Amino acid sequence: MAEIVLDKVTKRYPDGALAVSDVDITIGDGEFIILVGPSGCGKSTTLNMIAGLEDITEGELRIDGKRVNERAPKDRDIAMVFQSYALYPHMSVRENMAFPLRLAHVDNATVTKKVEEAARILDLTQHLDRKPGNLSGGQRQRVAMGRAIVRSPKAFLMDEPLSNLDAKLRVQMRTSVAKLQRRLGTTTVYVTHDQTEAMTLGDRVVVMRGGLVQQVGSPQALYEQPTNLFVAGFIGSPSMNFLPATLADGQLQTPLGPVPLSDRIRRLVEAANAPSEVIVGLRPEHFEDAALLDEGERGRGGRFTATVDVLESMGSDKYAYFTVEGETATSAELDELAAESGSTEMTDDGSQIVTRLSAASGAREGAELEVWFDEDKLLLFDPSDGRNLTYAG
Amino acid sequence: MSQTAERTADTPVSPPAKKAVSEGKKAERKLGLWLCAPAALVMIAVTGYPIIYSIWLSLQRYDLRFPDQQKFVGLENYVTVLSNSYWWTAFGVTAMITVISVAIELVLGMGLALVMHRTLVMRGLVRTVALIPYGIVTVVAAFSWRYAWTQDTGYLAQLFAPDSALLTQRVPALAIIILAEVWKTVPFMALLLMAGLALVPDDLLKAASMDGASAWQRFTKVMVPVMKPAILVALLFRTLDAFRIFDNIFVLTSGAQETGSVSMQTYNNLIKGLNLGIGSTMSVLIFIAVAVIAFIFIKVFGTSAPGSDDGRKR
Amino acid sequence: MAVIGATASSGAKTRWALIDIVVVIYALVPVLWIVSLSFKTKETLTDGNFIPRSWTLQNYRDIFNTSEFLRALLNSIGIALIATVIAVVLGTMAAYAIARLDFPGKQLLVGASLLIAMFPQVSLVTPLFEMERTLGLFDTWPGLILPYITFALPLAIYTLSAFFREIPWELEKAAKMDGATPAQAFRRVIAPLAAPGVFTTAILVFIFCWNDFLFAISLTSTTSSRTVPAALSFFTGSSQFEDPTGTISAAAVVITIPIILFVLFFQRRIVAGLTSGAVKG
Repeated sequence: MAEIVLDKVTKRYPDGALAVSDVDITIGDGEFIILVGPSGCGKSTTLNMIAGLEDITEGELRIDGKRVNERAPKDRDIAMVFQSYALYPHMSVRENMAFPLRLAHVDNATVTKKVEEAARILDLTQHLDRKPGNLSGGQRQRVAMGRAIVRSPKAFLMDEPLSNLDAKLRVQMRTSVAKLQRRLGTTTVYVTHDQTEAMTLGDRVVVMRGGLVQQVGSPQALYEQPTNLFVAGFIGSPSMNFLPATLADGQLQTPLGPVPLSDRIRRLVEAANAPSEVIVGLRPEHFEDAALLDEGERGRGGRFTATVDVLESMGSDKYAYFTVEGETATSAELDELAAESGSTEMTDDGSQIVTRLSAASGAREGAELEVWFDEDKLLLFDPSDGRNLTYAG
Repeated sequence: MSQTAERTADTPVSPPAKKAVSEGKKAERKLGLWLCAPAALVMIAVTGYPIIYSIWLSLQRYDLRFPDQQKFVGLENYVTVLSNSYWWTAFGVTAMITVISVAIELVLGMGLALVMHRTLVMRGLVRTVALIPYGIVTVVAAFSWRYAWTQDTGYLAQLFAPDSALLTQRVPALAIIILAEVWKTVPFMALLLMAGLALVPDDLLKAASMDGASAWQRFTKVMVPVMKPAILVALLFRTLDAFRIFDNIFVLTSGAQETGSVSMQTYNNLIKGLNLGIGSTMSVLIFIAVAVIAFIFIKVFGTSAPGSDDGRKR
Repeated sequence: MAVIGATASSGAKTRWALIDIVVVIYALVPVLWIVSLSFKTKETLTDGNFIPRSWTLQNYRDIFNTSEFLRALLNSIGIALIATVIAVVLGTMAAYAIARLDFPGKQLLVGASLLIAMFPQVSLVTPLFEMERTLGLFDTWPGLILPYITFALPLAIYTLSAFFREIPWELEKAAKMDGATPAQAFRRVIAPLAAPGVFTTAILVFIFCWNDFLFAISLTSTTSSRTVPAALSFFTGSSQFEDPTGTISAAAVVITIPIILFVLFFQRRIVAGLTSGAVKG
């Protein structure tokens, strides 16, 4: 059990490239913290620095109050689970899990006891004498976990441990990892590029981009109060809709029509000293089929009518896709998010919006639909630097 | 371009970028160099220096039987060799053996590769047995072929030409040399091609047959193009190897009846003639010929040299 | 493949079996012929029959009674083993550096060894002959070991660096995280994984050295360092008038045995080694 403190930790490669810059995080004892971000954001480098597999260029790393920058990985008492699992192919499952204990010269009886206990927890008992090559992906993953937990280290580091599993198994293993961490209560740093994993697993989430920490907070806080356009777009699935808008006289001119600002938002925007050209962000679930709402509810939001391009029925909800005529929102952050998700869909004829409607909605593909949205939930961003103009702190 | 240049010039370079490589990097470089040094030294000592020495020798009159007459003669040795009909005969024989045997090897090797890759029964056995010609000592195989074709006493001679001494006639002797060469090297060719075959995804062949390609079309339109890099590497290896043919000829005919290769000529000049000047000249000429072949393969056909950059990026 | 195999008719299997038999005959007949010759008696040696009419071990007794062959066999084994050990050690070091480390001159080394792999050996015979005479290495073991190492090194470096690239080096990190020192990580994790590659390379290098003929007849002049392939071509039989066919065949069979054993036991590895070095796949 340990508290891990990253104090202005920076990684600069010999060629001058800055991989991680001034990371300041205090990870509490027993906390489950997630580092998330697109590839190349510095999350794995940060993890490797905590592990001791990469040197820290500047700043200090403290575990339980002691500076460990110069300590070799083996002297940090930290276990790590790798994306490829890194199981030793020439050793059986039992030998793999016993390996850290053997290196620590633990006596045989204890080794056997601990390995068997870990195998029981992870449901690997009947596979102990097999080689990793004969195991399924999920079993290998569990062996990797077993090798980490067997010596009761101060902390676990996990580098995308689930990304090599298929979708269904990943969801299952996600739950097991969370349960295991709760049960052991060991400080855990977990790296992923998958925002769903980040949202579901962590006590707190650290969003990184280009070597910089964007925001640290609970999943809910990141979702509701992103500090900037990048976090807003990265967290949430399907992701937030962004539209260009003009701010004038307490009113917002959007491609969906004029939207009056609520008092709460107006105050925040004024305090933030907002420019007149802004980007408005709306999450899919803040839309609804206007026909399903009563008069009172309808009045508390904006409405627009558009043709449904595509309708996806999920059973519990319906996702309706619309094209909104006019300019599209542009900013460096949005470009990066688009590149990350691989969407090259650069529509010339307007912005795509995704809305999540109740299953009861009568929306049909190709037909017009009147859609309502919650004006009080909208977020405004400064296109020049991406900051959230409606951030309440 | 100019814009980029300007920007880099204006941007102040951050100090760490200018700083010499870090300690870890330095240690890595040093270790790398130390680890490679012994191998590199041996290779330079046994090939680099001798090549230069050989060029120098080729410019000398230097006959070990008359060591007193050693002197610098410029390109005279080259004129002697290149105006000598024996050299050109040997060169022609070598080129012919190379072209014919490599062509046959490619066809048979491809067939064997397909058999080893696709056979439904006894795959392990076929792969094991096919390795025997590769592994066997060339001289041993050559003796086997010689005794097989010896008049009256060989089983093949009795079978095909009971009344003539084939190894003493030029054309049949050359054919036997090619046979011996082909037998020995088809498995190696096949192994290289099989590695290429493994790179052809099964789905691709299934897709091609869904698209209506016949077996032959699948082979020529899908397999061969995908395997092209492997085929070219195999051809390059074998061509250069065939060009230095020596063992088979030495045992089968000793180069009689104008069946000698350029390697035979060089050996004869050196060991039998003890003429270092002429021998070195031939060495240099063979080296040039091989370099030209390699150059043609790499530049014209775009053969990628194995172990080069793209090999590491995988 | 498995699916195709499962649905294949017995007709297809028979067809493949026939093709396989053709391959087996192709590969084995010349070998069996020399084996057959080695067992023939002097009287039936020249009868041209593929299978001996009468069998004898006399040829083997003859060669093992001549110091000429025993000496050559000793030379062959000694020279090939020493050259193999040195080439594999040097090759392993260089291949590790090429596969794992970043250092200047790496491309140059790779290029140079490629060049040597394709080098016409005969081009080196003349200068080496002269140099070795000057240095007193002519007709000695080192005089053959050195060129063998040189020409085996490119083979060793390619094969080994291909093997080394296959090793998941993340395991080294994992071992460090599990508490291993760098030495422990190498000894307990990396070395066991690298061993098969090193072993395979050793077999290929040994076959190469064992096979050489050109250097063996050019750089030796007496039995003191002549290897079996070279000695074979100088065999004359026990008397001047005797046909040496039987003894040559017996000697040929003897030096073929190690090759056959390697092929039988290490087929998979030899195939993997030959193909990994030549084709990146």
